[in-house]
Amino acid sequence: MDTTVAIRGRGITKVFGDVVALDHVDVSVARGQIHGLVGPNGAGKTTLLGLLLGLAVADEGTLEVLGAPVGRALPAPDGVSGFVDGPGLYPTLTAKQNLATLAALRPRDAVTSDIGEALHEVGLAEVADDKVRGFSLGMRQRLGLAAAMLTKPKLLVLDEPANGLDPSGKKQVHGVLNRLVAAGVTVILSSHRMDDLEALCSEVTILSTGRVVFSGPLNKLSDETRELDYRLRTTDPAAAAAIAAETPGISVVAGTDAAALADTDVIVVRAQVAALDQLLSRVVRADIAVREFAPVVSPLEAAFLDLTEQETDR
Amino acid sequence: MTATVADADATAPAAQTPTAGPVPVGRILRFELVKQFSAWRVRLLILLCWIGPGVLVFAIDKQSTLPSDTLFGRWMHATGWAGPLVALGFAGTWALPLLTSVVAGDVFASEDRLGTWRHLIIAIRSHRRIFAAKAVASLTVILLLVVGLAASSTLGGLLAEKNLPLVGLDGHTLSPGDAAGKVLLAWACVLAPTLALAAIGLLGSIALGKSPMGLLLPMLVALGMQLAQMLPLPVAIRLALPGYAFISWNGLFTDPTQIKPLMIGVVVSLVWAVVATVLAYLLFLRRDFTNLTNDGAGRRVLALGVVPLAVVLALTAGVVAATTSDAGGTGITQAKVQKSVATAFGHLFRLQQTQMYHSSVTEAQLATTASCLKSEGLGKQEGSGNDWRCTITFNVPGNNITAQGIYQLDITANGRYIADGDGPQEVNGYFLIVTPGKVVANPLWQFDGNVDLL
Repeated sequence: MDTTVAIRGRGITKVFGDVVALDHVDVSVARGQIHGLVGPNGAGKTTLLGLLLGLAVADEGTLEVLGAPVGRALPAPDGVSGFVDGPGLYPTLTAKQNLATLAALRPRDAVTSDIGEALHEVGLAEVADDKVRGFSLGMRQRLGLAAAMLTKPKLLVLDEPANGLDPSGKKQVHGVLNRLVAAGVTVILSSHRMDDLEALCSEVTILSTGRVVFSGPLNKLSDETRELDYRLRTTDPAAAAAIAAETPGISVVAGTDAAALADTDVIVVRAQVAALDQLLSRVVRADIAVREFAPVVSPLEAAFLDLTEQETDR
Repeated sequence: MTATVADADATAPAAQTPTAGPVPVGRILRFELVKQFSAWRVRLLILLCWIGPGVLVFAIDKQSTLPSDTLFGRWMHATGWAGPLVALGFAGTWALPLLTSVVAGDVFASEDRLGTWRHLIIAIRSHRRIFAAKAVASLTVILLLVVGLAASSTLGGLLAEKNLPLVGLDGHTLSPGDAAGKVLLAWACVLAPTLALAAIGLLGSIALGKSPMGLLLPMLVALGMQLAQMLPLPVAIRLALPGYAFISWNGLFTDPTQIKPLMIGVVVSLVWAVVATVLAYLLFLRRDFTNLTNDGAGRRVLALGVVPLAVVLALTAGVVAATTSDAGGTGITQAKVQKSVATAFGHLFRLQQTQMYHSSVTEAQLATTASCLKSEGLGKQEGSGNDWRCTITFNVPGNNITAQGIYQLDITANGRYIADGDGPQEVNGYFLIVTPGKVVANPLWQFDGNVDLL
């Protein structure tokens, strides 16, 4: 038994009819982190989340959640909370009633958070007595998060929690998740929004066609991927382009979508991370001010596309 | 997933997170009831069931024309106890199947529609308890609605016509207390087929999910059973259908009571209720909530839904046929028709004498007999149809003569009939009788009756 491990699975396989949703997946997630789960549609993310939440059992393999084995006769242990495919809410009940009925279903000692406090935490205190029927998608997502927090979660499994959130709501949800992790909670976060994953996750797992194609820290993912395209906005794009062309390991990209942007002071270069250091120091030494420097496509997104396309082509 | 901590097997002391105990069914039931009562359609149904029948019965009673084609409808001006029986007849045909559809047919499907199954499973972690709570919650709501229908229609009837004696289906008079008890018992008896429809609703709700067919299933089954009851089916099959108790309660209002068809109907309904509930439970346990579009569901519905219920129907019909005599025929024989019509006429003649303040007469003095022919005696003298013609013969009280009257009978396949007077006028009389203080319907002008199928 390892108390530092929140999830440990070995050889997990789940089959639906002729479809192999999960194919001998090994899982290990440390406690107290936000672990991202990404993959194209049909990769097996929802199935894996369902197994973690006790919605189904694996056909093969072993799974331990919070140190407790999970199986047909062994439901997911207490302390696991979350939602898959959107939060389950009852439109005819108010936000407060939704949480109250949910709290009533839990063992009394498992409900630690006050309903009002949970609603306040996700920014829904003012609509506590409104029926959920009138809630926007973002509000429902936040209420789902409040419902998950209402119990005493040690492992929070969230499927697209930022779906439908405006920037303010997104910031609020990110704040809540970071506070939970600071308190020792483990969060499994499935999302298609790479910016969210990069902002929140320390580690990420990429699934494709039921198999794990990568799992580990985000920086490791960045190192392992191909060269990336970067936008470089300077006070003198022509000079910057010339410097870039002369810098080893750097190529100036022309005719890409990014280059076709209307910005005339932007160039797009392609390079590995190591070559970028030299480029930037040369540009600065030439008295060219750098106004913006960022990847055109995030490292995670690039890796995602690269790895999943490889798996699909296989 | 490659292990980022997989190899960091620390030697820390075991701190396995305990699995929480199951959530008590009572708590889940409360949750289900909160959901049920928060739905506008359930609130509307409760309001309608507790107010509608009373208002309707009262309003009908205040009309000069009564629904004489409905069982006990012709007696609504005579007693308050006819109202709840008229309402019961209507409820068995339309209201109860509709209520079971809306409540039981939607109790599981609503979670599909709202996308809340996973939420519920995660919170409760016991399919068994979820099923139990949902089944009990829907049953509770259905019972509340049925009690509302019964109480409201009874109140409406009694407010309109007071607690007076009721004329039974064979013309004998029930005291107000006796009528009250039998009305209550009749409503209690239809709970059995209501439960059967509710269980079929649960089965449909689980098997068909958010498809409208799930919601409509109890209505469609009830409609199918009503159509079947209209056909000249063998008695064994008629009684093996779970909806027969929606009809057979009328046997309570004869003397002696036609209890056997009623008991068989109730038992069959309860068997269907149990079997359909078990099948619904098995289907629910096998459902995969990570894959909401499992393509194996269709085969399971056939294997665990349709086929077992067809087997139950066949088995029940076989048992009824084996344990009762004449269950292979229509149950409507010439001898039974003659006996029923003669009995009803005798009872109603005495009632008419009382209404007209004539000296009382006993049925022994009347010595009523009936001679009935179907299709003028051509063909088999058996079965339903509107071609039955009966000649009633009886001793005229006070005179040493014998009188005869003719009645045309329209007998339905379930044994119920309307006897329509066809002369002579001295026997059938007129539509109304003017008695001192009140104008009442002539009980011998047209009357209802029932042939015991067993």
